[in-house]
Amino acid sequence: MFRNQYDTDVTTWSPAGRLFQVEYAMEAVKQGSAAIGLRSKTHVVLACVNKAQSELSSHQRKIFKVDDHIGVAIAGLTADGRVLSRYMRSECINYSFTYESPLPVGRLVVQLADKAQVCTQRSWKRPYGVGLLVAGLDESGAHLYYNCPSGNYFEYQAFAIGSRSQAAKTYLERRFESFNDSSRDDLVKDALIAVRETLQGETLKSSICTVAVVGINEPFHILDQDAVQKLIDAFEIVKEPASEAPAAAEPEGGAGGAGGDDDAAQDPPAAADEGAAPMEI
Amino acid sequence: MSRFSPYDNNGGSCVAIAGADYCVIASDTRMSTGYNILTRDHSKIYKLADKCILASSGFQADMKALQKLLAARHLIYQHQHNKQMSCPAMGQLLSNTLYYKRFFPYYTFNVLGGLDNEGKGCVYTYDAVGSYERVGYSAQGSGSVLIMPFLDNQLKSPSPLLLPAQDAVTPLSQSEAIDLVKTCFASATERDIHTGDNLEIVVLNAGGIHREFMPLRRD
Repeated sequence: MFRNQYDTDVTTWSPAGRLFQVEYAMEAVKQGSAAIGLRSKTHVVLACVNKAQSELSSHQRKIFKVDDHIGVAIAGLTADGRVLSRYMRSECINYSFTYESPLPVGRLVVQLADKAQVCTQRSWKRPYGVGLLVAGLDESGAHLYYNCPSGNYFEYQAFAIGSRSQAAKTYLERRFESFNDSSRDDLVKDALIAVRETLQGETLKSSICTVAVVGINEPFHILDQDAVQKLIDAFEIVKEPASEAPAAAEPEGGAGGAGGDDDAAQDPPAAADEGAAPMEI
Repeated sequence: MSRFSPYDNNGGSCVAIAGADYCVIASDTRMSTGYNILTRDHSKIYKLADKCILASSGFQADMKALQKLLAARHLIYQHQHNKQMSCPAMGQLLSNTLYYKRFFPYYTFNVLGGLDNEGKGCVYTYDAVGSYERVGYSAQGSGSVLIMPFLDNQLKSPSPLLLPAQDAVTPLSQSEAIDLVKTCFASATERDIHTGDNLEIVVLNAGGIHREFMPLRRD
């Protein structure tokens, strides 16, 4: 009821103690196309859906390498994301220059969060309209953080942001307990499946998704399209048509990825909308 | 009372020779101050990019600072352009970086060696404030006055005034170039007190980077 009166300035509180401009900024994140992150003890995987504006244009870059040991996936206003990536790269380079060692991920996300907070407390600024999934490795292990426009940040085992991310989150919630001990390949497979969940029936192809990995002895890099397509084919996670047997609880269950032969993933098409019954794999 | 000097000369010599499809960069590994030796195995060679190697002699603190700065700038370049810097690009960057400190220079005498965009060897030679030139071969450092005349004698670089313009690349095979470098340093070590101990040779060609060492006189 009061929303419209107190939402003009970021520096105006509402009577309920909310900053609506900041909340609106978080809405912008929800409108962006999905980005997903998962981590194990030794690796972190980022995956995102890359939708092009039109057939004529190129895809938007949503995953950025920040340093050999840190990468970031964004959802929301990609221009803001690009600017923040540049800031993060600069911080990593300066830290490396001074201390001759890689910037710990936890330090970087705090700096990022403080930067975002500033924009929530200056009347001449606006909050960044982008959510960042920061994936990195440092001496204390593998980390995945989510930085949001409010200046808050949390560490996650797995997370998804952007439009239709709830479907991915549902999948991740079912599987996250096994991620810590997952192998790198299983982690990538789970990331691709999570991406597919957000596609709502569309076929998963490497041309519409991007996957990046960072791990021990593996600097952050984006997997190239052919490699991703091979993984999609190998894991046979392209959606089968509805005529396939409907999924009852399948033997693979929720056990940590057994690799090897996978059942062809089968999803009842009824699960297309969010809030539908969790899908069995 | 002698004024505090912000500089010191840590000695040593650097050489680079460009070939048709390779580049040889070499320097000794002695670090000295005055008449004393600080260490016998300090490398003056730094890899800036896949196809670009910097060898510098002079004041070690400035050398280290320059290497770090160029490495950081290279990282920024890679983020922005999604590829490594070419040797000619790095050559220009080094010159600009040196001139930036025109009024409190980096006390470094640099030789940049690598492969240009066509895969041919290239060598760039600098003074302390960034004046630079692409050449077929060069020597810098305390032994340069001994090495350079010898290289001129052996490699007879064509004059830039000649017409038609002749290639700035020496018609030398890779192994001949390495032998030449070893000879240079063996001779320079005899007469230059700041040069000696160990010779580090880095060879850059289409197959990648290869590094070898040769002991020099330790006196």
